[in-house]
Amino acid sequence: MEHIDLGGIAVETAILGNGPPLLFLHGGDYVAQNSAFLDRLARRWRVVAPRHPGFGASSRPSWFRTVHDIAYLYLDLLDRLALTDTLLVGSSFGGWLALEIAVRSEARLGRLVLIDALGVKPGGREERDIADIYALPAEEVLGRLFVEPVHVVPDYAMLDDSELLAIAHDREATALYGWRPYMHDPALAHWLHRITRPALVLWGEEDGIVTPAYGERLAAALPNARFERIAQAAHYPQIEQPEKVAALIERFASEDRP
Amino acid sequence: MTEKGKKAKAMQVWHFSEMAYHPAWEHLGDSYRVIIPNRLFDPTIGADLYHRYLDEWALCDELGINIMTNEHHATATCADSVCTIPMAILARETKKVRLLALGMPIGNRNDPIRVAEEYSIIDVISRGRLDMGFVKGVPFEISPANTNPADLTERFWEAHDLILKAMTSHDGPFNWEGTHFHYRSVNVWPRPYQEPHPPVWMPVGSTGSAAEAAERGITIGVLNTGWARTPAIFDAYRRKAHEAGREPTPDKLAYMALIGVGKTREEGWRRADQILGYSRTSGIVAPQFANPPGYVPAAGAAQMLKGGGAMAARATRVQTKDGRPINPRTMTVAEAVDAGLSFAGTPDDVFDQLKAFYDHVGGFGHLLMMGQGGYISHEDTVDNLSLFSREVLPRLAELG
Repeated sequence: MEHIDLGGIAVETAILGNGPPLLFLHGGDYVAQNSAFLDRLARRWRVVAPRHPGFGASSRPSWFRTVHDIAYLYLDLLDRLALTDTLLVGSSFGGWLALEIAVRSEARLGRLVLIDALGVKPGGREERDIADIYALPAEEVLGRLFVEPVHVVPDYAMLDDSELLAIAHDREATALYGWRPYMHDPALAHWLHRITRPALVLWGEEDGIVTPAYGERLAAALPNARFERIAQAAHYPQIEQPEKVAALIERFASEDRP
Repeated sequence: MTEKGKKAKAMQVWHFSEMAYHPAWEHLGDSYRVIIPNRLFDPTIGADLYHRYLDEWALCDELGINIMTNEHHATATCADSVCTIPMAILARETKKVRLLALGMPIGNRNDPIRVAEEYSIIDVISRGRLDMGFVKGVPFEISPANTNPADLTERFWEAHDLILKAMTSHDGPFNWEGTHFHYRSVNVWPRPYQEPHPPVWMPVGSTGSAAEAAERGITIGVLNTGWARTPAIFDAYRRKAHEAGREPTPDKLAYMALIGVGKTREEGWRRADQILGYSRTSGIVAPQFANPPGYVPAAGAAQMLKGGGAMAARATRVQTKDGRPINPRTMTVAEAVDAGLSFAGTPDDVFDQLKAFYDHVGGFGHLLMMGQGGYISHEDTVDNLSLFSREVLPRLAELG
């Protein structure tokens, strides 16, 4: 794990493997649980996986408050590492970030993979498009996040203090960026037309946070996207089905450009 | 009044009630807050209760007991969802005693200027009898307000600074373009009656918050911390005040206790037992609302993750003198008295318990007396307050 300094912000970043560049943007929680997936991707790509500012051990200056700030920071990161034709992969909250990055500049991007991404609100003001993880009982949230939570959720009593602190930072930062408006940017849907790179929208068939129907609407709003469901997976398919998701991404990356 | 004059003053007593809507309690399950439907509130019964609680506060004007209100939201434990509304009524209904709103959740209200206006009007109508509280609010206030828990503290202090500046600026509009609040023409009418502004209070439950208040000379109200946790909080306040060059006079420190006084010990305990309905219900909240992310600093949240969550942490906060945890939901009078949460019995019993607690924590200048809570009747509340006023109040000068 290294820290990349971007304008005074120390971003904790894992860089794995060799090959063409892949930038992975994690979701709001269960960040450590992505490791099997990232190791699998590293067989083919040079995987760059930053911990977002305020998450884990990454710093966040007090002025840095919105997903827009994170989007600009990662555009700076792409410049700094001089990545070109990058495969941008975002999960959940990280999928929202991927959309915010791509509407701003696709110059260093090749393709996008969005996995159960948040960030838009298709329904009306009295509809709950994105499950309220802060108001539902914890057990229910777990049931909506994972097909089999018991295989994913760590025994927190067994973690060391630095791991626990990292998780507490992840949760606090997710709330900071995503509390209100809840996990979306009201204007983002109106800029999605700017995303012209090929996009693969992957969705856990049993996602109870944002349903596959939400994912289909998101894919339909992107000019050049394909939608695919993952069986036996909920909100984090790359955690529950790392092999299957990695294989789909490989196939997508090998496809001729339409 | 000079600092010296204040020091010589006997302990001030404040009658506090949460204006509970207890008729709903028997219908509630594992949450008395946030998610309970308001069809359980019958407005005709509610009207009687509001008038009753206001009558009890109005009586305090004759008894020499000051008045304290608070607020909570979406709950049957406290039907006072706007602390300034009963205060506005009492500002006119009373003539002598002071009025403490403890208080306004300024990190959860989106409009600090409105808070400055509400407090200023009450201060003027009451002819300068307002004490104004600013509260961060318990974690389960976050959901009803839908405010961001991760920057609550920052928002709280910005609102605090803005309100005080608005109340003390008398030369027309000023500009405020802060992090959370933006006004280009702040110009509060009326200005407050007291100069430079009504005394500022803040409830605190930790040494860290006590230090923040001490630095600014804010009076702290300490609630439900008992024999075990109060001394460290008061010590932290005194230490920080000295460091900041302020003298931590006793009138900067307030302690809340549930008080049941009776002509006999049995009657006092029976009243305390009914008032304890407050302690037994106030923490009943669905666990997902007990610790929104960012509400406590990450280091604390990390330890809660390890220890089984916020509810487990809350369950061990109340302790007997010898450090045994007490379950607030089933707490007896004997346990509450042992823990220093309640003073109960005859007037002598109550005075002796208060004196022991006062000495244990190094003294304090305000007793926040929960004289009404839970299921206690109007008649018992009136007798409780009257007896306290007659038999205990005159003896408070003996403390210290």
